[in-house]
Amino acid sequence: MSPKTPSKLEKILRAGHRAVTSECGPPRGSDPAHIVHKAQLIQRHVDAINITDNQTSVCRLCSLAACIRLKLMGLEPVLQMVVRDRNRIALQSDILGAASFDIHNLLCLSGDHQRFGDNAQGQNVFDLDSMQLLQTVRRMRDEGKFLGGDPVQRPPAMFVGAAANPFADPFEIRVPRLAKKVAAGAEFIQTQCIYNLERFEKWMELVRDRGLHEKVFILAGVTPFKSAGMARYMKSKVPGMDVPDEVVKRMAGTPKDKQAEEGITICVETIQRLKAVEGVAGFHIMAIEWEERVPEIVERAGLFPRPTV
Amino acid sequence: MIVAERKPIEEILGQVKQVRSVLVLGCNECVTVCEAGGKKEVGVLASALRMLFLQQGREVNVGERTLERQCDTEYLEEIRDMIDAFDAVVSLACGVGIQFTAERYPSKAVYPGVNTCFMGAALERGVWSERCQGCGSCILAATGAVCPITRCAKRLLNGPCGGSTAGKCEISKDVECAWQLIIDRLKALGRLEDYERLSPIKDWSTDRAGGPRKIIREDLRS
Repeated sequence: MSPKTPSKLEKILRAGHRAVTSECGPPRGSDPAHIVHKAQLIQRHVDAINITDNQTSVCRLCSLAACIRLKLMGLEPVLQMVVRDRNRIALQSDILGAASFDIHNLLCLSGDHQRFGDNAQGQNVFDLDSMQLLQTVRRMRDEGKFLGGDPVQRPPAMFVGAAANPFADPFEIRVPRLAKKVAAGAEFIQTQCIYNLERFEKWMELVRDRGLHEKVFILAGVTPFKSAGMARYMKSKVPGMDVPDEVVKRMAGTPKDKQAEEGITICVETIQRLKAVEGVAGFHIMAIEWEERVPEIVERAGLFPRPTV
Repeated sequence: MIVAERKPIEEILGQVKQVRSVLVLGCNECVTVCEAGGKKEVGVLASALRMLFLQQGREVNVGERTLERQCDTEYLEEIRDMIDAFDAVVSLACGVGIQFTAERYPSKAVYPGVNTCFMGAALERGVWSERCQGCGSCILAATGAVCPITRCAKRLLNGPCGGSTAGKCEISKDVECAWQLIIDRLKALGRLEDYERLSPIKDWSTDRAGGPRKIIREDLRS
């Protein structure tokens, strides 16, 4: 199918290339140098860069402004948008704001609950949920209409994505839930960090059984461990994360000064194995505050150079 | 029912520090059932206030009364004859009763003796849990009679989110995941295929978002 938007990410995926995306968290301040530096570290090794939207509910420079920075650098941003903080007026307005800077990728998310962040006493919005945000942006793009029904002048030309967590509970609805997101308009998916490969492969099998891999591009999410401590933390403290004991053991059994290397190696091995899984259309590398190691992961995983489209 | 919690006595004392007489006014409805503002709690609070006023060397007349309902003008009329004997009222009714009492007696200061918390039910003695947020447009038919607006911390109409783990919500291991409950219910009813129906974007204008709400039933008006 030919691309429906000017998105480079969409072009790469529709051309049949394995896509590689990564993500950067904006700073807790107004200095743009931070985001520019992070992007420079990875720009040659990824096709598009997600900018997180106040992740874990910790207040940061806004995703939209950081995405504009990337555009000014000639890069391809993926605007992450959570429905926690904005109602349907603000969401539609920000979609138009992003479109006015020709930001062509949007990732629709619920967002972590605010109790995890630095404003736990705040109100949350959740006027729409992530699926309804997908529907909203697709309506704006495909029908050229606001939710209220009025026409949108110069509709947003956005490639629309969503997250999927194959590891959250209950497992039996994880694939139906993906089907729902596809029905709501998702064109690409970035998954939660994958450490339990068996469970992910089982999920992909169920995805293929329903033919969903032919309707949506699935980018497998990976995050390298910096240390055994991080592995333990991800296993026990991060909701919806599935880190098998043997992975924690492998990190813990590595001498402290070699744990970072081991974390990178596990990440590369994960990508290598998942490359063979039918329906995995690419990889989303979430190197949390560790962007400098992304190029090495991409190269060692055999995903470099990146295609030009 | 409406579930309320008793306010700390220090906070109530702070509210009535200027008064020379105060009526502690209970309610026989919800706050009696949840043991926050019925006749028993009126007695306990009035006794405590008398003792504390005495310790402070203040002569304060503390009265006690519990009405059938404070959210009904008819019952509020029952204190018309006695209210002049008091400067102020500490109402142990829910926020509705507190405001209705104040509306009925505009010259009296009315203070809250409880924090009104939610619409819920008792899971067991001493444990109450929220069940309804009064959104004004019930969707329970689609969700196996489990309300995601009330019971999902993100009020997701198409849940669960990625934070659902072993049946629990990401905000706390003590909070059940509403969508796990919905899925379990749908399964028990043989309706799991309903899960894949997208819940439409909700019209929140019948909710708090639409402004203060009012219902007018012409057929009942005299």
